[in-house]
Amino acid sequence: MFIKQLSVFIENKEGRLQDVLDVLKQEKVSIISLSLADTSEYGLLRLITSDPQAGQKALKEQGFSAMLTDVLAVKLAHQVGKLQEILSYVCKAGLNVEYMYALSNKDNEASIICKISNGDQAAELLKSNEVELYSQDDIMTIFA
Amino acid sequence: MIWAKEETMSRDEIEALQLERLKETVTRVYKNVAPYRRKMEEAGVKPDDIRTLKDLSILPFVTKQDMRDNYPFGLFAVPKDDLVRIHASSGTTGKPTVVGYTKKDLDVWTECVSRIAAMGGATSKDVAQICFGYGMFTGALGLHFGLENMGAALVPSSTGNTEKQIMYMKDFGTTLLVATPSYALRIGEVANQMGIDPAKDLKVKIGLVGSELLTEAMRTEMHKLWGEDMLVTSNYGMSELMGPGVSGECEHLCGMHVNEDFFIPEIINPKTGEVLPPGEKGELVITCIYKEALPLIRYRTKDVTRLIYEPCKCGRTTVRMENLDGRTDDMLKIRGVNVFPSQIEEVLLGIDEIGPHYEIIVTRKNHSDILEIRVELAQAVDAYRKLEALEKKIKQKLRVVLGLDAKIRLESPNTLQRFEGKAQRVKDLRKEV
Ligand SMILES: [Zn+2]
Repeated sequence: MFIKQLSVFIENKEGRLQDVLDVLKQEKVSIISLSLADTSEYGLLRLITSDPQAGQKALKEQGFSAMLTDVLAVKLAHQVGKLQEILSYVCKAGLNVEYMYALSNKDNEASIICKISNGDQAAELLKSNEVELYSQDDIMTIFA
Repeated sequence: MIWAKEETMSRDEIEALQLERLKETVTRVYKNVAPYRRKMEEAGVKPDDIRTLKDLSILPFVTKQDMRDNYPFGLFAVPKDDLVRIHASSGTTGKPTVVGYTKKDLDVWTECVSRIAAMGGATSKDVAQICFGYGMFTGALGLHFGLENMGAALVPSSTGNTEKQIMYMKDFGTTLLVATPSYALRIGEVANQMGIDPAKDLKVKIGLVGSELLTEAMRTEMHKLWGEDMLVTSNYGMSELMGPGVSGECEHLCGMHVNEDFFIPEIINPKTGEVLPPGEKGELVITCIYKEALPLIRYRTKDVTRLIYEPCKCGRTTVRMENLDGRTDDMLKIRGVNVFPSQIEEVLLGIDEIGPHYEIIVTRKNHSDILEIRVELAQAVDAYRKLEALEKKIKQKLRVVLGLDAKIRLESPNTLQRFEGKAQRVKDLRKEV
């Protein structure tokens, strides 16, 4: 139901992003999608990867503050209003989207990564509305 | 274990011994040390004027500046031939301060350190690893001879090559660690990285830490790393006075017992120089009454503490000096507010989400001081609001203690500098402008 996002704290300093990517490359962990927002001091790098556990272990060994976060990978049909529809279920249930970013865009579908407050409730809610969620295995087989 | 009978003498006995030794010392320096004689003449004081211990207060003070002015041997009370050891403290500003020892001085020093080691729980059964840098610094050799004299097995591993230090600890069964608090933290951290839990996999149960202030927060941090059952004590000394061995904490952790048969402590008002009544807080002044080569009289330590004369639960009757809040030399003045780095340390170490390492940076912009503190995340975080909440929490706690706003810089683990000797966690960049 959930997939594991790798969340890495990086100082807003030259070369830090590069360092993270180097560590993952060394471990042969491939990146499927990522999101990076920053403040003036630091940023949180969020990654969907082929092997989040191995990525976290390698990053921690290299002195990075890295953790795994449960997020939802939501499959969206390529139709106008599809995202809006999903968000309306979430809003009506009084849940908040903490952040989201694109997972992939291929063939006739787009998909997104969502972090929604009260993840279990959100997942149940989306499933009951017949919204498809990718599993960790799906991520490996479809996208990696 | 109480090492020497002098530690349990009655107040009358201690004072009688102190007076006898004080008179002898004053007479000797008046005769042998020209700068002392001049100072005493300027103050209109003769050795015969010392009739009671209270008369100590009529003698002039000695400061670090006097030592610099008389570099290298001008304050020595013995001919150079009588010296058997010379140490010097690193002079970051100006000339270093030089200290010398006769054979008898070294014996007294060794005795003093054996006493403070015994206060800190050491016995002849200990395997004592000295992770202080050997060299001109008095800390390593002081502890070395004091512990060896006690019959402990010495491992003089000095600083550096931390992995190997840990290997020795494991393979030799080290039970006692001598290090600065920051190096003790570093050793613990490296041990963890090597897959060794210092609390479980090592036998170190005694920590004699020094050369750097031990805050209570740091003591707690030491316990977290090295185990709750480790006895971590701090001790006090400075090379000018002898080195380590002036005073030390016993297992009751209620101040540091002064070796009063060798040193007389006084507390003065640092502004007026007036002696304060027992129990009041002020600058610590120490007179060496049983040293041959360099018997400093009324040396101004610049350290702020108070003296506690009530006998201790441990059975010792010697006066205790309260653990220091900070050293005056380390004090920062930020936007007109006096700040001890140790106050900042106490706050930071009390926050679980950040690690025990930190750096304090003070800069000046538009005629205003800016206090910035770098800390490392100890727990991974995956949301901006959590990072912001953490920053806010640190800021608020600092504001309560310091009355100042600080800028907090969160960083990844292992990014800040680690120290093997005395930590240098403060960067005051205002002086360079
Ligand atoms: Zn005691």
